[in-house]
Amino acid sequence: MKKDSTKNPNIYLLVGGIMCGLILLLSIVSLFWTPYSPTEMSAALRFKAPSFAHIFGTDNFGRDIFSRVMKAIGSSFVISLFVVGISGILGILIGSVTGYFGGIVDTLVMRVVDAINGFPSILLALVVISLLGKGKQNVVIALGIAFTPSFVRIVRGEFIRLRDSDYIIRARLMGTKKIRILFLHILPNIFSTFWVSVMIGFNNAILAESGLSYLGIGVQAPDATLGSMLSDAQGYLNSSPWYALAPGLTIVWMVLSAAMLSEGISRAKK
Amino acid sequence: MKKLFTTFFATILAMTALCGCAGGTGASSEAKTSNKATYGGTVVVGIQQDIDGLDPHKVTAAGTKEILFNIFEGLVKCDSNGDLVGAVAEEYSLSDDGLVYTFTLRPGVKFHNGNEVTAEDVKYSLERAAGLLDGTPLVSPLKIVTAVDIVDEKTVRVTADSVNPELIYSFTTAIIPYGSGEDENADPIGTGPFRFVSYTPQEGIVIAKNEDYWQKGLPYLDEVDFKIITSAETALVELKAGTVQVYPYLTDAMATEIESSMQVLVAPSVNVQALFFNNAVEPLNNPTVRQAICYALNREAISDFVAGGDATIISSAMLPTLESYYVDLNDTYGTQGNVEKAKELLAEAGYPDGFDLTITVPSNYEFHMDTAQVVVEQLKAAGINATIDAVEWETWLSDVYTDRNYQSTICAITSDMTPGYLLNRFESTSKKNFINYSNADYDAVYANVVEAKSLGERGILYKELQKILAEDAGSAFLQVPANKVAFSNQLGGYKFYPVYVQDMSTVYYVK
Repeated sequence: MKKDSTKNPNIYLLVGGIMCGLILLLSIVSLFWTPYSPTEMSAALRFKAPSFAHIFGTDNFGRDIFSRVMKAIGSSFVISLFVVGISGILGILIGSVTGYFGGIVDTLVMRVVDAINGFPSILLALVVISLLGKGKQNVVIALGIAFTPSFVRIVRGEFIRLRDSDYIIRARLMGTKKIRILFLHILPNIFSTFWVSVMIGFNNAILAESGLSYLGIGVQAPDATLGSMLSDAQGYLNSSPWYALAPGLTIVWMVLSAAMLSEGISRAKK
Repeated sequence: MKKLFTTFFATILAMTALCGCAGGTGASSEAKTSNKATYGGTVVVGIQQDIDGLDPHKVTAAGTKEILFNIFEGLVKCDSNGDLVGAVAEEYSLSDDGLVYTFTLRPGVKFHNGNEVTAEDVKYSLERAAGLLDGTPLVSPLKIVTAVDIVDEKTVRVTADSVNPELIYSFTTAIIPYGSGEDENADPIGTGPFRFVSYTPQEGIVIAKNEDYWQKGLPYLDEVDFKIITSAETALVELKAGTVQVYPYLTDAMATEIESSMQVLVAPSVNVQALFFNNAVEPLNNPTVRQAICYALNREAISDFVAGGDATIISSAMLPTLESYYVDLNDTYGTQGNVEKAKELLAEAGYPDGFDLTITVPSNYEFHMDTAQVVVEQLKAAGINATIDAVEWETWLSDVYTDRNYQSTICAITSDMTPGYLLNRFESTSKKNFINYSNADYDAVYANVVEAKSLGERGILYKELQKILAEDAGSAFLQVPANKVAFSNQLGGYKFYPVYVQDMSTVYYVK
């Protein structure tokens, strides 16, 4: 990929890569270090506007917003990664089998997928969380289930397109094992399409996770998440606008960077 | 479930503060106005939730009672100092044995339908509320009433089978026309300063001036429109736009935002907020552990963070505004936290490394959620690893309040005018004792309360109960939050009460 971009300068890949890199860096650093403790409160420091000491300002408990945003990026990033991981793997497993073999199983599975698809993903996640309870793991499971159908569709479509291509027919005639055909012959060839949908899924996962936390059913206080920070900041929108701006712009940044990176990658492929 | 509602609904709900408040003696505040009061006009009051009915004997939600205060009156009613004054009754006398109350009715008091109030109406109302008609007392303290007799046209005698010096507070029970009963729910008729006009579910309730009100000169307003606004953000927008003139449930943040354009009236509320312990579960069944937590909490900081410093810090279950019954116990654990002492006590109790504590908090109360975050942080310093379990209000009611299946919780209990109301729930067999508090000394003193014949005697015992509760650390009592009322600059005359009511009769437009 990198070679491609040097041949033909790819602004999306470059900018997206840098933006994503920054997010990745902040989330890794936040695991070990933040400028201040993200939960430490100080009555003297309530509602301080951005300054050199607190570059994003402080919140209603005098907590450093930048430290909280760093932690929040970390947990958003990890949650979204797991969501995409789970739904991506499920998508490949289900999509490949149904797409390659077709038949009654395909019909049945696709009707179930259609049914799940019929619900907006946030609504579906709400249902799952109300069954499982709140908490990080359950957010991952809920969103993982909600996001699976879109991956199943994409993988299935690609497998249907490729299963009758010449090289697969030949492999089949040679008596190659089915599992080998599925995962060594076909799978690598759907990668470019699949990668783009992974990046889009990642974006949606960030938004969905923030949405759930905003509604108060994602990661629980006092742990910071972008959604819950936004929700807390709502009451102080006029008096302390930086409080809402920090998590809000961070969400924009994360979604934009992943979108640009995926666009860059797909352009680089061409 | 109903009791629950009475107790908690409003209070907690608003976390923000309910309206009733201030009181005790002389703490009531009135809006400052140098201008003259005028008659007429309509005021829109924002309220936080729909009402649960209009039958004054049957409603349980504090948010409903605060409105019905304007439509109904009892034989006596509460004034803004928390004292009882005559309403439908002009005066009353109590027999020497404390069992027989004789009420003399005020002449010329009329129902909203134009009929004069008769002894028949009073007898019917009290018998209905006391359960003498069908065996179900609707106002539970009145259940000790055995007979209501008409002495003459203007005199009613009420006989109780046991002495309760606090019974007089229950004669605030609404007087309704003879035989009206269930009709009250559809077409409420009372004697209050305003008459009922209309009620639209989820929108609000409209009341209009009672031209025949017995108190000359009141009310000032022609019409009051209680409008249901469930979201604080919406309320803020409406206040700014001027479509709502009175909003009694401001949060600290809202107050800061609105004070440039409106009056913000502040007075103590009637809510006692605490970190309640389930005294029946490990390790909170150990008083030393409970005391350690009390030492670990810096109440002043909590009040600064969540209430802008406007709350009153307390260490036991009584409102400081109920002055004759309150005893200041803030020295028991100090108000600024003592982490060293907390650690010492924890080590003594066998938890040198602290322990895990779950705090269940109703997530709809931002005030309690915020408090919980501060508490978690403060307990961390003492080595206690606390986590917040945010639950829906319904879940809180069933798990915490009804089933008592929790470790600790942050919420508030609401007081009514009866001084013993906040303390009777900690008696070990009380149905309201959701903290499973069980202390033989407390029960013994409480038994004396029931025997005590005078309020003065009870006052001494109530102070003793507060002391036992504080020293034994039955729960970590935190603060009495302030009520903040947004009040239009064009209005005057708002009065705070030491009970949860919105008295609109004294509110007027200034000229």
